[in-house]
Amino acid sequence: MSIPVAYVLLLSFGVFCMGACGFLLRKNALSLLICLELMLSAVNIAFVTFARLHENEGGNILYFLVITVAACESAVGLAILLNFFRIKRSIRLDDATALGVEQ
Amino acid sequence: MTESLNVLAALTVLIPLTGSLLWFWVSPKFGEKTAGTGAVLFMLGSFLAMSALFFQVGEPVRILFFEWFALTKTQSVNFSFLLDPLSLALGMIVTGVGTLIHLYAAGYMHGDKSFGRFFSYLNLFVFSMLMLILSDSLVGIFLGWEGVGLCSYLLISFWFTDEANANAGKKAFIVNRVGDLGFLVAMFSLFKAFGTVSIPELLTLINSGAISADQLFWTQFACWGLVLGAAGKSAQIPLYVWLPDAMAGPTPVSALIHAATMVTAGVYLVCRLQPLFMLHGQILEVLAFIGGFTAFFAATIAIFQNDIKKVLAYSTISQLGYMFLAVGLNAPVAAYFHLITHAFFKALLFLGAGSVIHGLHHEQDMRHMGGLRTKMPITFWTMTIGVLAIAGVPPLAGFVSKDELLHIVSGSHRSWAIFFAFATAFMTAFYMGRLWVMTFFGKFRGHHEAHESPWRMTSVLIVLAIGSAIAGFLNWPILWGGSGSLHHYLGSVVAQAEFPTSTEAFASSIKLAIGSSLIGLLGLGLAYWRYRDFKGKEFEGAVWNPVKNKYYIDEIYQSLIVENLKRVGDFFWKVIDGRILDGFLNGIASRAGGASLQLRKLQTGLTQQYAFWVWVGVLILIVGAFSVR
Repeated sequence: MSIPVAYVLLLSFGVFCMGACGFLLRKNALSLLICLELMLSAVNIAFVTFARLHENEGGNILYFLVITVAACESAVGLAILLNFFRIKRSIRLDDATALGVEQ
Repeated sequence: MTESLNVLAALTVLIPLTGSLLWFWVSPKFGEKTAGTGAVLFMLGSFLAMSALFFQVGEPVRILFFEWFALTKTQSVNFSFLLDPLSLALGMIVTGVGTLIHLYAAGYMHGDKSFGRFFSYLNLFVFSMLMLILSDSLVGIFLGWEGVGLCSYLLISFWFTDEANANAGKKAFIVNRVGDLGFLVAMFSLFKAFGTVSIPELLTLINSGAISADQLFWTQFACWGLVLGAAGKSAQIPLYVWLPDAMAGPTPVSALIHAATMVTAGVYLVCRLQPLFMLHGQILEVLAFIGGFTAFFAATIAIFQNDIKKVLAYSTISQLGYMFLAVGLNAPVAAYFHLITHAFFKALLFLGAGSVIHGLHHEQDMRHMGGLRTKMPITFWTMTIGVLAIAGVPPLAGFVSKDELLHIVSGSHRSWAIFFAFATAFMTAFYMGRLWVMTFFGKFRGHHEAHESPWRMTSVLIVLAIGSAIAGFLNWPILWGGSGSLHHYLGSVVAQAEFPTSTEAFASSIKLAIGSSLIGLLGLGLAYWRYRDFKGKEFEGAVWNPVKNKYYIDEIYQSLIVENLKRVGDFFWKVIDGRILDGFLNGIASRAGGASLQLRKLQTGLTQQYAFWVWVGVLILIVGAFSVR
């Protein structure tokens, strides 16, 4: 007995929405990185599901690719965050507006 | 044979052109003596080459140098010369009188800081004038036509640091542009009608007599255009106003360009295209009227001028009017003859006036002259010959050519022409007598001590005086036992009725000659009687104001044309360009600036806000994708 595809995709959608809403609403930069990871994981679930559905290995391969990119990206993101903290003594993203027009 | 003609013709025009490139830097480097002598020698070389051509060419010859540019696939404009009596005779005058005037100018311009520049311009002028005369296509003539206009402008405003001179140059150039427009119209109409701009081909087509109604229609525009062009270059009504102002230039320039050569370009062109004008008799009639009226009108103004050069300028306009009168009455040989004699005596008169001006340290007002006959004897005697020649005293050059003209006019049975011609003859004698007496007789009324000019100037005066005295024998009437050689010479290219040779004709021509010389002597005598002890004042009273002020023509032109043109220009500048065009473009630019000021407020730098807009975008895409399906 297998779990219907729709359920798994609903799970993926739910996780993605959690990530997306978290990304828009949280203030802490560390949480934002976690939310990013959440969205990527949701996409990964969808990839694997479709790979099973179509009996096609492409989805599985993409999973590895995405997880690798995600790892790199968190590493880079954490490094930036660390340096940001050193300069501003804060990890609130509202404080990182140097690229915006001067208000 | 043609090889050597090619080389000679090329030399004739290339020598002055080379000179014009040399003197402006030779003079500061090697001194003005080198530049002056060089310019005179170059001109002499050009004159010798021209003379060689003159004596070698019998039948009209076309000399092809190279293909200039292609008009259509089959037609092209050639860079080629037409050597025939018309061009050779005028070429001899231009280079011959040109050489003499170069020699004179070397003395006159002595010590001027732009000595070399002057001779560069003068040589460039001779080059352009020769191009005008010798070219066998309308395009080549146009090149010369514009070239002489340019040189005229450069030389009138030669002392350009004085604003009046610069303005006179501009006036000459701009008025001439109006005439040039006419020339262009003529050129295009002829091309439209006959599909060629080569003059021999045009004349062959016209002379063949097979001209369609359509072609006749277009030649009409060509004729009117040429009348306008000739009126501009040869200073006829209504475009004569530039010539008196052109006297702002150095005197040798006035003699060479504004009396002897350039201003005759219009006469030359009309003679050259005589068969074209024969198609439209009424236009010739208009041309004759313009000429006659200009002759009369300018002569009345000349009587009231006090500037010695202005008198000669109006006299030039008047004499050019005579030539146009003759051309219009279909007597190109008489016009050409007067052109040649006029070149001699008017150059002489201008150079004599220049000598007087030079001797009096740039005093040009005749009211401040007088009694110079003992102080400047050579100038006095040569000027006397010039004055007698232009007044028509036999047997000097002016008498013969003017008498031929009067003969033709009285034979034409047009009462207006007869009135204009004889009245002008009398007034010419009067104002020339006035100039002569005011300058050389009576008491000296000036401030400076007068002195005779150097030999370089006086020798030229002597040569020109000899020319003015004997040039009439070039075409001494056959009736009086002369050869009429110019008549025969030019007769091969232009048509003019032969004079009757009966005894009655002889008697009437003698009567006319006696009458015309009496008119001349009467004018001179009247002038002598009136001005022999001139006190410095004349023509007081308001009655004389219109004619003293040249009939206010300059003022009328100023208020009617110049001011209105300025107003139109101001309108285009300030309203069309300043407000509408600039306003439109600047408006767009400032709107764009304002819009971007608003738009950049979106760039807050808040990462989450950017993410929000990305989501909004994605949502729109998704909704869009579904709704399209």
